[in-house]
Amino acid sequence: MTTTDPDEPMPAPDEPLVSRPAPAKAGPRALARQRRRASAARFWQRYRTHRSGLLGLAALALFALVALTAPLTVGSDVQSVTGAPGRPMESPSLEFPLGTDQFGRSLLGLVVWGSRVSLLVGLLAAVLSVAIGALIGITAGHFRGWFATVMMRITDWFLVMPTLVLAIALATVMSRSLGTIILAIGVTTWPTTARLVRAQTLAVESRPYIERAKALGGGHWHVMSRHVLPNVMPLVLAQTTLIISSAILAEATLAFLGLGDPTVVSWGGLLQDAREAGAVSAGKWWYLVPPGIAIAVVALAFTLCGRAVESVLNPKLGVAR
Amino acid sequence: MTAEATPSLVGKTGGPAEAGPSAARGPRVRGTAYPRYVAGKLGGAAVSLLAVLVTSFFLFRLIPGDPVKFMTGGRQVSAEQLASYRREFGLDLPLWQQFTDYCGKALTGDLGTSYQFRAPVMDKISEALPNTLLLTGTSFVLYTAIGVLLGTRAAWRNGGLGDRLNTGLALTLYSIPSFWLGLLLIIVFSVGIGPIPGLFPTGGMESGGEEGFGYVLDVAHHLVLPVVTLVAVEYGQTLLVTRSALLDEMGSDYLTTARAKGLRDDLVRRRHAVPNALLPTMTLVFINLGRTVAGVILVETVFSWPGLGGLFYQALSVPDLPLVQGLFFVFAAAVIVMNTLADLIYPLLDPRVGR
Repeated sequence: MTTTDPDEPMPAPDEPLVSRPAPAKAGPRALARQRRRASAARFWQRYRTHRSGLLGLAALALFALVALTAPLTVGSDVQSVTGAPGRPMESPSLEFPLGTDQFGRSLLGLVVWGSRVSLLVGLLAAVLSVAIGALIGITAGHFRGWFATVMMRITDWFLVMPTLVLAIALATVMSRSLGTIILAIGVTTWPTTARLVRAQTLAVESRPYIERAKALGGGHWHVMSRHVLPNVMPLVLAQTTLIISSAILAEATLAFLGLGDPTVVSWGGLLQDAREAGAVSAGKWWYLVPPGIAIAVVALAFTLCGRAVESVLNPKLGVAR
Repeated sequence: MTAEATPSLVGKTGGPAEAGPSAARGPRVRGTAYPRYVAGKLGGAAVSLLAVLVTSFFLFRLIPGDPVKFMTGGRQVSAEQLASYRREFGLDLPLWQQFTDYCGKALTGDLGTSYQFRAPVMDKISEALPNTLLLTGTSFVLYTAIGVLLGTRAAWRNGGLGDRLNTGLALTLYSIPSFWLGLLLIIVFSVGIGPIPGLFPTGGMESGGEEGFGYVLDVAHHLVLPVVTLVAVEYGQTLLVTRSALLDEMGSDYLTTARAKGLRDDLVRRRHAVPNALLPTMTLVFINLGRTVAGVILVETVFSWPGLGGLFYQALSVPDLPLVQGLFFVFAAAVIVMNTLADLIYPLLDPRVGR
């Protein structure tokens, strides 16, 4: 949930350095850290001018709070089918602000509880996807020759696959679980990241200081982890934020198609339940509206944050502030 | 989502042809003839299609459990009957032989026999294909036109109220799950809530019993809600790409020159800026067309539209392996063909690339 913490908008690049003990005097490492902190501050300065980005951040903070405090506010027994508090399919009332589902469970509680699964799956799938993309992008950009060719062929092949169809196929052939969903989304959405990271890696590696590092005896690992990685990190961050929102949509889609874990409550799963319970033909719109709005708001919030990050990194885009 | 980010982020590092499968620093075709470029792209597409064929075979062999069990739907069947099913669908042969049979038949246009319909997969697909093309084609034309038009407007008045409203609405609609929007539209306009009567049919493609012009009207009536859903969730991406492409062009010197010549603002936009800005959008348009064919699964499911997507959903719930396999191949092939078309047309439109 790093994106919801307003004080540290870009924690990732300096993390590997912070963990090392700082030398007493202002050595090169302390200098590097200082520069990174300054650039993070500059980043936040510019990010702050994007009103839509701040709005997205605020919405995310709210949803993160709701998801994290859900065990205290609604508790896990909200999803239990036996001993549900209400009658089936009640309209919204004072006792059940969003009504009840076909088992008499409170929909408000279910939507709150479902946020945990939807956010978790979205985040993990996006992290998996970006990690694969960054790894393949950096290695394909660093090692030229046959390795890069093979890697980029694989990337191209994944790129032409219809993502949703492939994810559905993967989710179909594997067992129904959250891990399956995360894997299915993660392994189908990484190619764009790999392309972007590779282009950036090539650009970084053509700079003279890489040549200097190599001349001083820096090996592959040193160049990739200490020079290339910090430089592609901002791109990776922007990409993660954007992919989270499509991952959340993909999770909802897979759950709606009945490919999700049937034992947990998620927003997409709620929509599937609603459809199967006949809420559509009965015109019970209040059953369908809340989960869908939750999905849309979170996806939109991540998109807004991602666009703001993108436009800070590349001001030429001219994203409306 | 990512495609929206792609052209903008890549714009810093690479050329304008980034969106196509020619890699970031792929082999430059500059100086070589166009036919050679075409041959290369067609070869690449053929390899991709072959790879998809192989994947579609092996991916669905990973399913745990016996495919014959799915066929019988869990009913009690005698061992002889199971064996006869196996023989009927060639499942008693070793895997490699199944694979060579599959590939050989696929090359002649035979994708096997569907378990649940007991009919050739190819027949089911060709039955459903026109319906999908009708739905996606109509939506595609509409959302591309709307996206380009609104994107141009938004970029030309960059930062203004219109731009912010336009982009905001596009982003919001883009974040909405298409199946949810479809369900809501059904509730509001088909089932009807409160004073709104059910204006449109809840699903399907025809009511039956109509002929001639009446039939056309009937299908169009059924087409409205699915098309509205698809257009609403898809036009945002075209809008955003057109907008950022046009913004990239707006600082160019030739626009200043055009204005200095005394051309009206409207003419500068239509004759000078937009044609150039549409180049990156063109690539997206083709890729979108391929993607929409695959992305229509949900909308077709929700509206019970008798197309490929609805068929895919039916096949998944069994699971009907030959049908899933065949549809997977068709969806992937649609994307590959469209991407290749984009690659082939792009150098003709933009002389800076590919020659």
